[in-house]
Amino acid sequence: MTPLVEMRDISIAFGGIKAVDHVSIDLYPGEVVGLLGHNGAGKSTLIKCLSGAYRADAGEIYIDGQKVDIRNTRDARALNIETIYQTLALADNLDAASNLFLGRELVTPSGLLDESRMEAETRRIMARLNPNFRKFADPVMALSGGQRQSVAIARAVYFNARILIMDEPTAALGPQETQMVAELIQELKRQGLGIFLIEHDIHAVMKLCDRAVVMKNGQRVGTVRVDEVTDDDILGMIIMGKKPAQAA
Amino acid sequence: MHMSDLSPAAPPRRNWLQQLEIDLRLLGMIGAFALVCLCFWIVTDGRFLSARNIFNLTIQTVSVAIMATGMVFIIVCRHIDLSVGAILALASAMMGMMQARWLPGIFGLELGHPLIAPLTMVTGLLVGTAIGALNGWLVGYQRIPAFIVTLGGLLIWRYVGWYLTAGQTIAPLDQTFLLFGGAEGTLGVTTSWIVGGLASIAALWVIYGARRRKQSHGFPVRPIWAEGAVMALVVGLIMGFVAILNSYELPQAKLKRIFEARGEVMPEGYTQGYGLPISVLILILVAVAMTVIARRTRFGRYIFATGGNPDAAELSGINTRLLTVKIFALMGFLCGLSAIIAQARLQSHPNDIGTLDELRVIAAAVIGGTALSGGIGTIYGAILGALIMQSLQSGMAMVGADAPLQNIVVGVVLVLAVWIDIQYRRRLGMR
Ligand SMILES: Nc1ncnc2c1ncn2[C@@H]1O[C@H](COP(=O)(O)OP(=O)(O)O)[C@@H](O)[C@H]1O
Ligand SMILES: [Mg+2]
Repeated sequence: MTPLVEMRDISIAFGGIKAVDHVSIDLYPGEVVGLLGHNGAGKSTLIKCLSGAYRADAGEIYIDGQKVDIRNTRDARALNIETIYQTLALADNLDAASNLFLGRELVTPSGLLDESRMEAETRRIMARLNPNFRKFADPVMALSGGQRQSVAIARAVYFNARILIMDEPTAALGPQETQMVAELIQELKRQGLGIFLIEHDIHAVMKLCDRAVVMKNGQRVGTVRVDEVTDDDILGMIIMGKKPAQAA
Repeated sequence: MHMSDLSPAAPPRRNWLQQLEIDLRLLGMIGAFALVCLCFWIVTDGRFLSARNIFNLTIQTVSVAIMATGMVFIIVCRHIDLSVGAILALASAMMGMMQARWLPGIFGLELGHPLIAPLTMVTGLLVGTAIGALNGWLVGYQRIPAFIVTLGGLLIWRYVGWYLTAGQTIAPLDQTFLLFGGAEGTLGVTTSWIVGGLASIAALWVIYGARRRKQSHGFPVRPIWAEGAVMALVVGLIMGFVAILNSYELPQAKLKRIFEARGEVMPEGYTQGYGLPISVLILILVAVAMTVIARRTRFGRYIFATGGNPDAAELSGINTRLLTVKIFALMGFLCGLSAIIAQARLQSHPNDIGTLDELRVIAAAVIGGTALSGGIGTIYGAILGALIMQSLQSGMAMVGADAPLQNIVVGVVLVLAVWIDIQYRRRLGMR
């Protein structure tokens, strides 16, 4: 089977810092791949090369086996790659609907923004993702961390993603909302999406992911199937930066 | 804006003001403006609110108000433009030379030729737009801070104009061109009523359309009485404004001269109202267009998104560099437009035209609620801001306050307005 995504030998440096250093990862349809590592390991930078936020200094990206050139976030979106950024990337002064459709606004035949249709669509998807969400008319700066997160998630899910990147999607959430995100990930996985999940909670990784990639200092320590290793094996990889002996 | 977390289980109780759904900030600004008017009305024995003074006040506000609408976009995007007065001066110098020297001298169009006014105005608008675009390119693509680029522009452009005109004041100007200055070009009573009527119909249609669109998606709408009240208020304001401008009559001496020029004798007891000045009509059209751009177009949406969070805008695929060029080019265009109106009002091009306008324009936008931290601002706010400042100045002049005191008061009002705005936002839990 051809992988949905293949990132080969990706490198990117900021000034003297090698944020990502010859890293290769891949992702199959219906698969969740966890990305783990300490803060500063290069996880966010790596996936930003896929989402179009950064351009890699070296390396290649293949989608469905085809080499692609992702120059910006528009290119990535055109390839059905959607991203939930660690920073959420919301315009705080705009309401939920404006954020959800930012860069892809719905317009009327005369070319003006179709506010009501965008709000209706936002209400529709929010009813599915976060039924308690009410603040459709407020700027998102007035929302709680969880509500903001659900806006960012809605934006990634709404546009029929095939490849979903989630950079610490539960960082701002309480236990109940975290559970909702976990269920959403499982549902999207069943629908055949490929998901890169950056997550610090090792239990969540063991539960949700098929494989885990561990990074340290910009380099890939190793890739493991989560059902072949224990929590402690993965923690060992994160801390020691070495692959455990028993995992091939 | 709904400020409470409305849940269907507990229908919110809303007072009559909330049911009207009028923007609280707008209400506050209108209140402040009304207070200023009331104070001056009392101390001037009613002269401040005479038709004549209201007419003059609106004419004097136009040029700054037009530029202030553009400044809203600039400041919302976290930039600043200190060069607007200088751009206005250069555009004015070019237009002065165009109509008084180059077109008659080089191209042989004799004075009063119908092509002079349009060619001149296009020149002014092009000059403004080009310099604005250059500013935007330096800020957006070359990453020079807008403060520096436009501070340089403040020093450069006015004096480029000075070299063009060799430092001379240019007059007389083309007669058609002068129609855009204010008192020399008004629509007259009948046409003003027609324009007011059409504007009322358009406003009602917009309000009705918004209501129907909301209903079609099942969103809550205002109760009928509130909708009716808002409609009545809007129509009342439009027609009241027209009525005031119509009631200001041309001086008898001026009328006599007009009749004499036509070789006729003025009938006994003849009067004629000014009506809506063309320059004010232009301001209204600019206000409507800029509001539509801000609220209903992708361009406007991207301006506000970029101001709210530049990184988010970039990650959403918005070309923020090109956006910067467009915003500054639009600002430059509006400077050109203001140059037409300011020059026509002065009936000449003096080299100090538009001096300190950059400060008035920024102050108008800021008094009108535009936040220098970016992402927040309204077009109507900026126009009201310009109106409040002009009222303060003209009112104080009327009661005999000298220029230094006028400046002190305007300065205090500027700081006070921003302070109130910050308090207001803090109350709402924003920022
Ligand atoms: N835009 C940037 N400019 C400079 N350095 C950066 C930038 N983005 C990331 N880095 C650096 O790259 C390294 C990896 O960061 P990041 O990918 O955010 O790590 P992680 O997401 O794994 O916590 C860090 O040393 C960080 O400081
Ligand atoms: Mg990160």
